Amino acid sequence: MSHDTLARPAKTRQPDGSPATRSPRRRRHWTRRANPVAGLGAFVWLVIVLIPIYAMLSASLTGADKALTGNPLKPPTDPTLDHYNTVLNSGFGHLLSNTAIVAVSVVGIVLALCIPLAYVAVRTRDRWSNAAFRLFLLGVAIPAQAVVVPLYLLIAKLDLYDTLLAVILPTAAFAMPVSVLVLVGTLRDVSEDLYEAMALDGASPLRVLFQLTIPLAKGGISTVVIFSALQAWNGFLFPLIFTQSDGPRVLTLGLFNYVSQFGVNIPAVLASVVLSGIPIFAVYLVARRALVGGLMGVGGK
Amino acid sequence: MTVTVEKTPAAAQKEQAHRTGRRAGRTGRPHAVWALPGVLFFTFFAVVPMALALYLSFTSWDGLGDPRPVGLDNWRKLLDDPRMTQSLWLTVVLTVASWAFQTVVALLLGVWAAGRQRNRAILSAVFFVPFLLSSTAIAILFYALLDPNFGIIQKDTLGSQSGAFLAIVFVGGWQFIPFHTLIYQGGARQIPEVLYQAAAIDGAGRYRQFFSITLPQLRHTITTSTVLMVVGSLTYFETVLILTKGGPGTDTAILPYLMYEAGFKTYDFGYASAIASFLVIAATGLSLVLVRLTGFGAMRSTREGM
Repeated sequence: MSHDTLARPAKTRQPDGSPATRSPRRRRHWTRRANPVAGLGAFVWLVIVLIPIYAMLSASLTGADKALTGNPLKPPTDPTLDHYNTVLNSGFGHLLSNTAIVAVSVVGIVLALCIPLAYVAVRTRDRWSNAAFRLFLLGVAIPAQAVVVPLYLLIAKLDLYDTLLAVILPTAAFAMPVSVLVLVGTLRDVSEDLYEAMALDGASPLRVLFQLTIPLAKGGISTVVIFSALQAWNGFLFPLIFTQSDGPRVLTLGLFNYVSQFGVNIPAVLASVVLSGIPIFAVYLVARRALVGGLMGVGGK
Repeated sequence: MTVTVEKTPAAAQKEQAHRTGRRAGRTGRPHAVWALPGVLFFTFFAVVPMALALYLSFTSWDGLGDPRPVGLDNWRKLLDDPRMTQSLWLTVVLTVASWAFQTVVALLLGVWAAGRQRNRAILSAVFFVPFLLSSTAIAILFYALLDPNFGIIQKDTLGSQSGAFLAIVFVGGWQFIPFHTLIYQGGARQIPEVLYQAAAIDGAGRYRQFFSITLPQLRHTITTSTVLMVVGSLTYFETVLILTKGGPGTDTAILPYLMYEAGFKTYDFGYASAIASFLVIAATGLSLVLVRLTGFGAMRSTREGM
């Protein structure tokens, strides 16, 4: 892991004539001086983060016979992958592929619907687009939990109960408000001059969207992709209520079911939790910068 | 302490061009119809259900036959239900406690991690790992680790009210602090270094600088992070369902859990809808306040004047 994990803003430093015996960067910023108290605090949090992860890994490798007697903090005496086998043989792949289908569909729907929406909200100022924007603004705080009962009725009437679509469609709808806000925030920063230049060249709105807006909004778009994918990945309530059989079961619900299926075999349950984390951890390793950068940008200033 | 940035001539000119440009013609501007698919989709799957929830709150419905109108019965029940009062209070306390815990830790970690030393980058990457697990996975993990026979603490933590409550606050923090740390890290990176240099020249120490520069400069970041925390606190539903099932007794039954039980455990969908409508009304009020606080509604570029 290198510096580039956390993009450093360039240019903020000014040249100073200090002799090069020590790196002149060293003393410039207050955060760069050692702060023992903060360092200790960060170390304490590191321990808090790592202990549960360590306990989970170690317990998931413990043989079933020792599971109830051992303390999960003790390293397993003779590690075994039995529990991982058990989980993989209990339809784990099916759960994973369902979740992947849900995540990809949700991201696709959200992008296809939100990009034109944000584009219109930023580029036109008529009553209707303003009203549309305000609708989503209000939607930001509405919890999905609040509407599961009527959605349940709606899904049943649409004959979608117990299908993946029953999970995909509402999840996408509830990922929209934040996505619209993020995209509008990004698109507002595109200079008006660029739009005018393209308009003078006689470009159609569609061409402007694809050649100017989307390329310049990459940061916002990747944040939206991450946000909606995480929402789909995390979703629990919609699958819990709108699906029932094994066919459309997603990962979160599968984990929940393993708890009763494996019963007191806690190491097997923990092995399933570890396995569920591996795919997204792999994504994290590959797309670390986009992921961290996208989420870091949410705070604004 | 605020720094006012004078509008440069170039910016003023740009604004002028902007204003005339709007008038100059609609060429190159998309038609509002482009927004229609998104609006319709959102209306159908989010707005209509909200209205439907309000309608169902005036009916009695067991999920099978047709909803039967019963007037204000559910709402009267809502006002009289001691569980509702307890649940509302619990939701508020849980939100406030989680906010305090997460904000303090995330703010300190974020400011610390905004430094640029190598070990900070590595640690920040480790800190982020809990956020990669789903809420369900995390709740199951802690359910196992808090098990009185198997777990780390060989005590029935989840069996006592304070234990269960603290466990939910802690687990929520464990999951979401990485995310908020990242937000604060991004915010702290944007604080101009000149401010610290000036303060250092004036002889302000590290702690003075933190309270007089860092905190005031991060106020927008604190607002954003708080908004996300408050809105997100309702996603503790999974954590509650898996860790405590609302127990011991009803001591951790927050509003969404109460609604879930009323609807999908006792099949009293009318009453569940009344709770849901209450949630929607509370959330809408909250969201109006948030729009005010954050200035999301203003159609301005956040970079204007930079």
